[in-house]
Amino acid sequence: MLEKMIFGRYVPGNSFVHKLDPRSKLLFVFLFIIAVFLANNTITYALLLAFTVLVILIARIRFYFLFNGLKPILFLVVFTLLMHFIFTKEGALLFEWKFIKIYEEGIRQGIYISIRFLVLVLMTTVLTLTTSPISITDGMETLLNPFKKLKLPVHELALMMSISLRFIPTLMDETDKILKAQLARGSDLTSGTIKQRIHAVVPLLVPLFVSAFKRAEDLAIAMEVRGYRGGEGRTRYRQLAWKNRDTFVIFLFAFLVAVLFWLRGGN
Amino acid sequence: MDISFQQVGYSYAVGTPFEKRALYDVNGSIASGSYTAIIGHTGSGKSTLLLHLNGLLKPTDGVVRVGDVNITSHTKSKELKTIRKQVGIVFQFPEHQLFEETVEKDIMFGPMNFGVPAEEARTRAHELIKLLGLPEDVAKKSPFDLSGGQMRRVAIAGVLAFQPSILILDEPTAGLDPRGRKEIMELFYTLHKEQNLTTILVTHSMEDAAQYADNILVMHEGRSVLSGTPEEVFSNADKLSEYRLGLPRTVAFQRDIEKLFGKSIGRLALTEDQLAIAVSQALKEEGER
Repeated sequence: MLEKMIFGRYVPGNSFVHKLDPRSKLLFVFLFIIAVFLANNTITYALLLAFTVLVILIARIRFYFLFNGLKPILFLVVFTLLMHFIFTKEGALLFEWKFIKIYEEGIRQGIYISIRFLVLVLMTTVLTLTTSPISITDGMETLLNPFKKLKLPVHELALMMSISLRFIPTLMDETDKILKAQLARGSDLTSGTIKQRIHAVVPLLVPLFVSAFKRAEDLAIAMEVRGYRGGEGRTRYRQLAWKNRDTFVIFLFAFLVAVLFWLRGGN
Repeated sequence: MDISFQQVGYSYAVGTPFEKRALYDVNGSIASGSYTAIIGHTGSGKSTLLLHLNGLLKPTDGVVRVGDVNITSHTKSKELKTIRKQVGIVFQFPEHQLFEETVEKDIMFGPMNFGVPAEEARTRAHELIKLLGLPEDVAKKSPFDLSGGQMRRVAIAGVLAFQPSILILDEPTAGLDPRGRKEIMELFYTLHKEQNLTTILVTHSMEDAAQYADNILVMHEGRSVLSGTPEEVFSNADKLSEYRLGLPRTVAFQRDIEKLFGKSIGRLALTEDQLAIAVSQALKEEGER
């Protein structure tokens, strides 16, 4: 039932985007998130959207798959859009029905914010879809290495991240199993008042928490048994390799930012 | 209630890169009041098949018929609640579904969902606690304070409590000690006989299939490949090994003896008692010659 959720999932592949070094991808996505806020007019937003679509095409991810997997998030996007339509009261009045008044600026702001939101979600999803959790953590750890000087526990943070990423699908499967067991016992999540529905979640959450804690304990014991003692002096089996295409991605980003600055409307 | 499958096919995650076909063209029928074992190697689709029996999964193709309800890909979830009341599933490691504060309340969860009054549900809970051989005082304890074996029994009670007429068991004894295994399997068999249940057992244990089932359905790579009485199925050793399945220990032993004597020693021995009788008879005959 939850098999369609794709947030945080990795789909192995062989595209240009898949082959990139996780460091360049992480850096790119991180900077891209900041760069999104440079857009402030129709053409820059259109450029961002077009660029994201291009990335999805290059990564060879099917749009139908993305759309299905991100449905819950698309709901939020639509919600934001409607909020802006209704509550922004600037510009020319376009439409009026009883107490609902829709203004030109509301529509524009709504669409801009939705695109911003959509582009952020899509780009981060492309990152997780095309990069295995292990690579993401490795990349993150290397990128954060300079902060070790500031006594930031980089290795521990990376480990925490990889463990949580690793357990997302496991917990999903677990939820699915418990859900089926409770449905078979006549639990009903899809009908009734809101109060009843909230109550119906309890039989799902309690077993999930119990098993998550048990798993955490088992994992801790398994790690200790195998003599795990943190990052000091650990070597890696997988070495990260920075290639020309990674340098190209960074230049591509610089180019994108330059174009955004150029097309951006002055304030 | 009779159950039948007509050309049932199922794919997981349709329309995503994870799409995976789990069932192809499964046909078969299960008569009301019979005890059917579904056996198959890991990943043969047996667990997927049983999820169709109360509409937790709807077939991608074909029809699953339970009693007089047809489940197809178009069946609406609302129509399934009546089936779910009739079909109880004891999942693998059912203790993972426990959540209430007390054992009593957890057992009452199922019946209350299906509209049984609280008082009656409580009475049933206490009866089941006794029936499953749990100590009386367990009713007011938290299910999480019990031992693994006791949790398993409480979870089974939680399914039996809504008195389904079809009972589906997905490896109900996995991870139990041999004695607990036997007790639970015997209990299910007694219930099956006493309450005239239609029982479906998904198992890896050829011994359990041989001993309890009236019929056996063999699954292999998402298809139903063989079905019949235990005698019919287990006399097909070659085919079974092709499906990566073994013989029950008793049958394997019988085959070894027959090889030793160079002749058949009668009907297929499905239980240890039958085997003992067959072997002693064969030895007697041998001695008389």
